Amino acid sequence: MNNASLQLPLHIRLWRNHKRSLSTLIALFVIWGIFTAFNPTLFTNWITYNAIFLTLPITIFLVTTLVFVIVSGELDLAFPSVMGFSGWMFVLALKAGWDPFLAMGGALLSGVAMGTAIGALVVYGKLSSLVATLGLNFFIRGIINIGAQGIAISAGNIRETLVYQVFAGRYFLFPNQMYWAVIWTLFCAYLFRSHQFGVRVQCVGDNPESAAQMGIDVNRVRMSVFAFSGLGAALAGVFSIFVNFVWWPTNGDGSLLPALAAVFVGGTPTWGGVGTVIGGALGAFIVGFIESGVVGIGFDGYYVQFFFGLIIILSMIGHRFSGRRIR
Amino acid sequence: MSDPVIELQGIVKQFGSVAALRGVSLKVYPGEVLGLLGDNGAGKSTLIKVLAGVHAPDSGEIRVRGQVRRKWNAAISRENGIETVFQDRALCSQHSIVTNIFMGRELKRFGGFIDHRRQFSEAERLMREIGFTSKVFSPDSTVGLLSGGERQGVAIARALYNEADVIVLDEPTTALSLMETQKVFRFVEAVKASGRSVIFIGHNIYHVYDIADRFVVIDRGQTALEASKAEIPDAETLIRTMQELAQHGKSEADGEAA
Repeated sequence: MNNASLQLPLHIRLWRNHKRSLSTLIALFVIWGIFTAFNPTLFTNWITYNAIFLTLPITIFLVTTLVFVIVSGELDLAFPSVMGFSGWMFVLALKAGWDPFLAMGGALLSGVAMGTAIGALVVYGKLSSLVATLGLNFFIRGIINIGAQGIAISAGNIRETLVYQVFAGRYFLFPNQMYWAVIWTLFCAYLFRSHQFGVRVQCVGDNPESAAQMGIDVNRVRMSVFAFSGLGAALAGVFSIFVNFVWWPTNGDGSLLPALAAVFVGGTPTWGGVGTVIGGALGAFIVGFIESGVVGIGFDGYYVQFFFGLIIILSMIGHRFSGRRIR
Repeated sequence: MSDPVIELQGIVKQFGSVAALRGVSLKVYPGEVLGLLGDNGAGKSTLIKVLAGVHAPDSGEIRVRGQVRRKWNAAISRENGIETVFQDRALCSQHSIVTNIFMGRELKRFGGFIDHRRQFSEAERLMREIGFTSKVFSPDSTVGLLSGGERQGVAIARALYNEADVIVLDEPTTALSLMETQKVFRFVEAVKASGRSVIFIGHNIYHVYDIADRFVVIDRGQTALEASKAEIPDAETLIRTMQELAQHGKSEADGEAA
């Protein structure tokens, strides 16, 4: 009898476990290479990336948690409004004179609560998450609009606070939010692969009947991905205030399609069960990079959407090879 | 005879207007192989799913080692030493053998984080135990790339872990090759030899007759026959008895309808 370890060789395991994120990384390099070939001076200059790194973390917070939702086999289209809501709560708490750290904690909690409520409605109301969250996105935005009466709220004095220094100051080459986004991404990736929560999300998304038969509480798992998505949206909402110093009632509105695109460009397939958090974060980078890239290599702004769409489609075709569906 | 490990009594389960189970009772004694028989749609799989905690019964009682369990679901069923190899295998095909073996029962360290190393070595041990030692497999192999028999092996390996008291095999030999079927039989005998019980559900009455010590026949959601092997001389008699029961049940049902 063969008693040697059944462990596969390292390079095979690496590719097997990380093929989706690795192919996204390759795509990122290819796109960067093309841009740099067309405009070497611009794309080898650090300043070009400064603008990207300022706003990229916002998309990363959204994408990393959205990956859990998609992998669980659900869809969350309500995160833009939750982002706006939590940002609103943050500026209101600041205005009310709360300690900024407390205001941030409260805003994050409001996002989790909102996500939990959305999850409860979808799961226990047995609704299609696509339609329910589409409706809820309008509904929550509606509440924001009614409450804010179209008036923006300034948070300009946040710049002097310690919270701002910690989360959005600048250290060495990057704005601080970029470090936090990286830490958050690694945390989520670890949660996804090595925590009961992440592994059960994958099992439920792969085959909910099997998961239930093995004693996994499928409804609870589904609820918790929406709660987690609410946390990601709230983080995005708070960090958007750090970047913009002002909250608009439309806060988060524009993030729906780029964040969703980043999940799929990042290598998480649409059918559930499998996905990649790190790929999603890299996907957010690609999505954020295209806009400045297309203009940077000399095209008019009119071309941005054209290339945006082209790159999404090409990367989806690319992922067909790295991750076909196994049944 | 010693006391039953598991006892189901008067289990009723209704799906909409369809009465799947109409008061079924079932006892499983330690160290026995119980053959559960019945025609298609008789309610065997529903009964098994009630036992596994997947379906909640509308009424009836579940006893584990003499104790009535009021709260019953899939997780509790497994905690009480009942492992089921479902007809559809209940696997996640995009995931590894390890993930599937520990699905719903992950080996954890602090705070819910998974002990990958221990899971891997335990999976490796289980795979060896059931003779899953081909060079091409590793516990990391994706289940969806395995053959039907190999997938069955994963489901069985999962049921083996934790030394369950009762292992339920729902149609375990369907779509298996002759060699693989023999493997399943050897597995049933090994479980029995270790003093644990097996509920074996099958279509092939010859198979069930060969392997079981006792038989329960279910017909239209009710227990139609309970007999030990000593009471039934051969598989043909068992088949004849089942046919008579079906005829009888049918005329009774027709009588009811009329």
